[in-house]
Amino acid sequence: MEKITTHTGVGVPLRRSNVDTDQIIPAVYLKRVTRTGFEDALFAAWRGDPSFVLNQEAYSAGSVLVAGPDFGTGSSREHAVWALKDYGFRVVLSSRFADIFRGNSGKQGLVAGVVSPEDIEILWKILETKPGTEVTVDLEAKTATADDVTVPFQIDDYTRWRLMEGLDDIGLTLQQADKIAAFEETRESWRPKTLPARHLPAVEIEAARPV
Amino acid sequence: MAGTLAEKVWEAHLVRRGEGGSPDLLYIDLHLVHEVTSPQAFEGLRLAGRQVRRPDLTIATEDHNTPTLDIDRPIADATSRTQIETLRANAKEFGVRLHSLGDADQGIVHQVGPQLGLTMPGLTVVCGDSHTSTHGAFGALAFGIGTSEVEHVLATQTLPLAPFKTMAITVNGTLPAGATSKDIILAIIAKIGTGGGQGYVLEYRGEAIRALSMEARMTICNMSIEAGARAGMIAPDQTTFDYLKGRPHAPEGEDWDAAVEYWKTLRSDDDAQFDAEVVLEAADLEPFVTWGTNPGQGLPLSASVPVPADIADEGERETAAKALEYMGLTAGTPLRDIHVDTVFIGSCTNGRIEDLRSVAKVVKGRHKAESLRVLVVPSSARVRLQAEAEGLDVIFKEFGAEWRNAGCSMCLGMNPDQLAPGERSASTSNRNFEGRQGKGGRTHLVSPLVAAATAIRGTLSSVSDLDLPEAIDITTFDGSPLDGVGASPLGESVVDLPMPVAIGSGASRPALG
Repeated sequence: MEKITTHTGVGVPLRRSNVDTDQIIPAVYLKRVTRTGFEDALFAAWRGDPSFVLNQEAYSAGSVLVAGPDFGTGSSREHAVWALKDYGFRVVLSSRFADIFRGNSGKQGLVAGVVSPEDIEILWKILETKPGTEVTVDLEAKTATADDVTVPFQIDDYTRWRLMEGLDDIGLTLQQADKIAAFEETRESWRPKTLPARHLPAVEIEAARPV
Repeated sequence: MAGTLAEKVWEAHLVRRGEGGSPDLLYIDLHLVHEVTSPQAFEGLRLAGRQVRRPDLTIATEDHNTPTLDIDRPIADATSRTQIETLRANAKEFGVRLHSLGDADQGIVHQVGPQLGLTMPGLTVVCGDSHTSTHGAFGALAFGIGTSEVEHVLATQTLPLAPFKTMAITVNGTLPAGATSKDIILAIIAKIGTGGGQGYVLEYRGEAIRALSMEARMTICNMSIEAGARAGMIAPDQTTFDYLKGRPHAPEGEDWDAAVEYWKTLRSDDDAQFDAEVVLEAADLEPFVTWGTNPGQGLPLSASVPVPADIADEGERETAAKALEYMGLTAGTPLRDIHVDTVFIGSCTNGRIEDLRSVAKVVKGRHKAESLRVLVVPSSARVRLQAEAEGLDVIFKEFGAEWRNAGCSMCLGMNPDQLAPGERSASTSNRNFEGRQGKGGRTHLVSPLVAAATAIRGTLSSVSDLDLPEAIDITTFDGSPLDGVGASPLGESVVDLPMPVAIGSGASRPALG
């Protein structure tokens, strides 16, 4: 994972609350089996609307999304984070994130910073008044700066540390392999195993046909 | 120290307690896999030269993309086919058990775990799907994860997690006839909002929850995520044990006895402290439907489409106005006057056998409204077989419904089962987001009973709106209760179901705070 300490890029005001993951990336784009190439899918339902913020030239190269509350609700699809990253976003600021989305962001190097609703409003006004304004996000100081305004954001210390160090979660956990093996020794025998497979007798399933 | 159910399960899975702000490392008992959120995880393993640590704690099924027609023919959509074929190749390469389309154990991942007896009390269960919360109905700590976490669990059988907060949701009293577990959860989400559960594990408790069947409990836990919660749980009891006993992977002999003894300890202690508490009175509930574009935008069926101008909060007002525009609804319209084009009965929320039975009971001997289409999609191939053994398929076909093969289907429209732009559905699924069931599609979330009544009348309806509701045969097919309707107290297998009654406009409504 790429290290990130500070990031500066064009801020994009997304004046909507409850932007769920179906809005960030509709299910139809989830059929791909790759981890990249989702930029066209980001906010797909809105991209056809010329008035949509990303269709305005000043914002189209944005990399810091300033969104309304409850961003990323709904589905667990990590594709939502990939789509944001593939488009070029490195930071999303909102007053409230869905838990799974925030977790996914941290794992993919997308900064999800929690900013107070009042400060989101201030950032929106700046970005709307002067389209194309750059926002500087500083993970060390936990601040976002646009023009002459600096607002604090929250992010949990562990995620922040991993983002700043660019650390891979699996590698970190595998350092605990001995502890995992020791735990496995203590698991009770009633806990289920999927293998060897047990099931009811196999039965032919009839295919439904169009009526 | 006194603990909540969630805390007890958490503590029992600690591989390592986090120090200095780092998360706890939790062991995962059961990892469910499907084709949509796994390909990039397996790819990650391959790139890093890693194996699946515990294939024997992992099971995969095909559900999100699978067609519900012509399943014996090649999947027409090339990208869907690629995703399914990728899962098949990955399962083979990494030694993961897979139930493919056409297999009798194929189905929606959240049905497959419970029906095989793999989902049990006291487990940690994860899946790359937010509706993993379904398994919490058994007293498991079950939650959805992203693809990076899927890869993490495949590689290590653990997850680093920061502890959740706990919220007790107590539902007192007895549900009125015609109201179901779906109405309980829709009312809860309307009450606490789509973000109200964020950071929490919800524990559902109280008399009304205890009275629910296992499947009705699954419906409630399933939609915990729609309130923003990571997980929902219900303490296991005799209903849970009865459901599990004898299933293919349920423990046997001494293991069963040891398990039940432990499972009985899995309840929140009387003096356990929750971080938040919510109380509902079941008697206040009536059939609930959503009018907007998030699951929190729901009201009792007797209400009218809200008037945005009346909403005090500016954000909520704007959200409501946008929702009404998308939904093509006029403020103030009685919900019962809304015409629908499609009724979808299925999904991991309400596609189980009890759901199909309750629908069959309502529609038996009737015919659907001519103008609409009705899709009945069982949550698994086994559920389909069971329904056919009970003759439900014949009832559905005579009603004019389409009887399909199992899968996620129109719940999220990844397969050909989609709404056309502007088309309106009454759906027993879990999400009414814009475009969820097809681009431009308009979704009203409803219970199976409301779906059935709506399919008959063509407008959003409850059973009490039907002509001759007394003609509905309410004796059960096998003595088990309908989904949440008059479900019996523990242990009784035959129940005397009350008749559904009309709920007048004067009935009290749940407080929508």
